[in-house]
Amino acid sequence: MYKKINTPLSSEVVKSLKVGEQLLISGTIYSARDAAHKRMLEDLDKDGKMPIDVNGQIIYYAGPCPPKPGSVSGPYGPTTSGRMDKYSPRLIEEGLMGMMGKGDRADAVIESMIKNKSVYLAVIGGLGAYTSTLIKSLEVIAYDELGAEALIKIEVEDFPAIVAIDCEGNNLYRTEPDKYKNKFDINMINR
Amino acid sequence: MRTINSNQIQQAIKALFIEANYFLSEDVLNRLRKYEQIEASEIGKEMLCKIVENAELAANQKVAICQDTGMSVVFVELGQEVHIEGINITDAINEGVRQAYKDGYLRKSVVMDPLNRVNTNDNTPAVIHYDIVAGDNIKIQAMPKGFGSENMSAIKMLKPSDGVEGIIDFVVETVQKAGANPCPPIIVGIGIGGTMEKAAILSKKSLLRSLDEKNNNPYYTDLENMLLTRINNLGIGPQGLGGITTALAVKIESYPTHMAGLPVAVNITCHASRHKEIVL
Repeated sequence: MYKKINTPLSSEVVKSLKVGEQLLISGTIYSARDAAHKRMLEDLDKDGKMPIDVNGQIIYYAGPCPPKPGSVSGPYGPTTSGRMDKYSPRLIEEGLMGMMGKGDRADAVIESMIKNKSVYLAVIGGLGAYTSTLIKSLEVIAYDELGAEALIKIEVEDFPAIVAIDCEGNNLYRTEPDKYKNKFDINMINR
Repeated sequence: MRTINSNQIQQAIKALFIEANYFLSEDVLNRLRKYEQIEASEIGKEMLCKIVENAELAANQKVAICQDTGMSVVFVELGQEVHIEGINITDAINEGVRQAYKDGYLRKSVVMDPLNRVNTNDNTPAVIHYDIVAGDNIKIQAMPKGFGSENMSAIKMLKPSDGVEGIIDFVVETVQKAGANPCPPIIVGIGIGGTMEKAAILSKKSLLRSLDEKNNNPYYTDLENMLLTRINNLGIGPQGLGGITTALAVKIESYPTHMAGLPVAVNITCHASRHKEIVL
């Protein structure tokens, strides 16, 4: 029931990913939050390039806790993706093929995903401790001074994610809730 | 008069923030397990199971449940018969936070200026609410508050004529708008009455109540149940991917208000609802 994929992604792989599929991702991914996104685009405007080539890559919206001695990474779950909506279309145009985080995306991001063939993956929010066990290496690539908001390169193995919005714009956040409307009764929990 | 050394407060704060971040309390775990049984969505069920497993892993390995170890919110009930010796209580609390986030390997998530946004690198300053009460004890409640859910909170100054229907509409609308962002399943804290800031503080305080504790006002117990029903019938579900487990609980706190007003605040917390307390 899980589909295994490796990074970097290709257009063929992105096109093959269908909404609702559960994935296990292995390879290099980059993590960045709001501040790193802002800086990357400032660098692109100023120098014509960013600290990483985003072509074919996945950006994971997350910032970890510091690791305890002897461990590779501290807890490393996803943050709310909507805060990156302002920055994402530009990165998708630069070749970014995957985004990973929690929560729905803005229409402008989805339109850019359809146009440029990119995919959005949902990671369960709050599984910080579990997620840290899937990180095999971790390296700050840029913006170290941002602390937890730095641009970080990580190697992951079998990192679970769900295709929440595919490159045709099919979107679980907008189709699934309707199926479960009016199915709750307070007696279900008070019993 | 009873004398308490500021060092005791500092140590207590350090221990509370580390414990709160590592150990999810039983009341929340029990609710998660309960909802796992009744969840209608298969993938939702699976996610609830993983959330419980993650909490167990965090407790076993003594690491943070969630990487968002929050802004440090502290409620202090200071007995007026207490004399604090040593350093000033606010400095002691901030020192405790500093040590907790360093020695507990918790994420430093606080920026010094909301616009300039340079990280303070020690998670200080805390947001501290003081109450002076009778007696010679100090009660301290520590709440690391994550911002995925904090960002989805809202406040509205309703008209008295809006009544309870106005409150219901506003709460349901706030949760609907929040959707997947606050990491559902959530706990919804509601403050009704007082002034604007009083309603906001009450909504946060309501999140400190155990999920097993009934509201001592039967009218508000009914309203909590009714709101929980409305919210879980929205279909949002675990992580916003559909299901009946949108909220684990709704908690209401109220306070007298002005005859012209009906303030209502909605403070949302995620399933990693973390708070610990101690009485010194």
